[in-house]
Amino acid sequence: MATTKSRTLPLSKRGLNFEMFMWLFTRLSALGMYAIILFAILGALYMGARNEMSFADVLRWGFMPNVTHVQNTNVSDTAPWSTPFWRLTASALLLLAVAHGVHGLVVIADDYIVSTRGRQIVRLLSIIMMASMSLIGLYVLWTS
Amino acid sequence: MGLKRNVSLATALRYKGQGPMLTFVLHRIGGLGMAIFITMHILASFVGGKTGAFLNNFYENWLFQIFIFFCVLFHAINGLRITIVDLFPRLIPHEREAIWVEWAVFIPLFAIAVFVIIRTAGG
Repeated sequence: MATTKSRTLPLSKRGLNFEMFMWLFTRLSALGMYAIILFAILGALYMGARNEMSFADVLRWGFMPNVTHVQNTNVSDTAPWSTPFWRLTASALLLLAVAHGVHGLVVIADDYIVSTRGRQIVRLLSIIMMASMSLIGLYVLWTS
Repeated sequence: MGLKRNVSLATALRYKGQGPMLTFVLHRIGGLGMAIFITMHILASFVGGKTGAFLNNFYENWLFQIFIFFCVLFHAINGLRITIVDLFPRLIPHEREAIWVEWAVFIPLFAIAVFVIIRTAGG
């Protein structure tokens, strides 16, 4: 209905519980991931990707700035691509993506699992998955 | 636990949610697809060896690349639309127009990507 005016309450009247916080986090982390991906693509172009990488490889690096993503390209010296700076950038992207993704899975599960007990199990599993995937991802990023 | 729908599956499939419903479904498929396959990709890099190589070969197959890029690109563009509209609630009445803009951005970008993937696969 185009005629209805959207009603919005200020945050102080709405209250900020955990679900509201995660609702906001989902949107802000999406913007954060956009920023990191654009930053990684610009970084790749700055490091000479224009001459040494195809468009697809630049995107592959952009979506996760990990050095293994440039090893199969024509980049001659991968040292600038595996500095702690890029590993930190990749870690930030990984942590944002895992938190965003696992919360998304919980939201989907909540549509189908309605009992209190079931939802508790979903939340427990999601915390386990979030912690393990973050640790495994960080291990891969910092040892590759 | 379990599915508790008040309508039959046939009725659910006949639900005409149109554009917004389609983006909702594709956003879910994209999100689930990424969650499953990127988890798999991280685990493959972690395990390494023969299993890791097998999983990563599957991941690098051009058909699979088209599928996963659809998931990533649609989820990203639709997510940006949701973010903008939700953070600026004044825009909510223009949701359907926003979805048209979204398709106008998505279709050319995805077409270029599919073209590049197929050309790279063709050698």
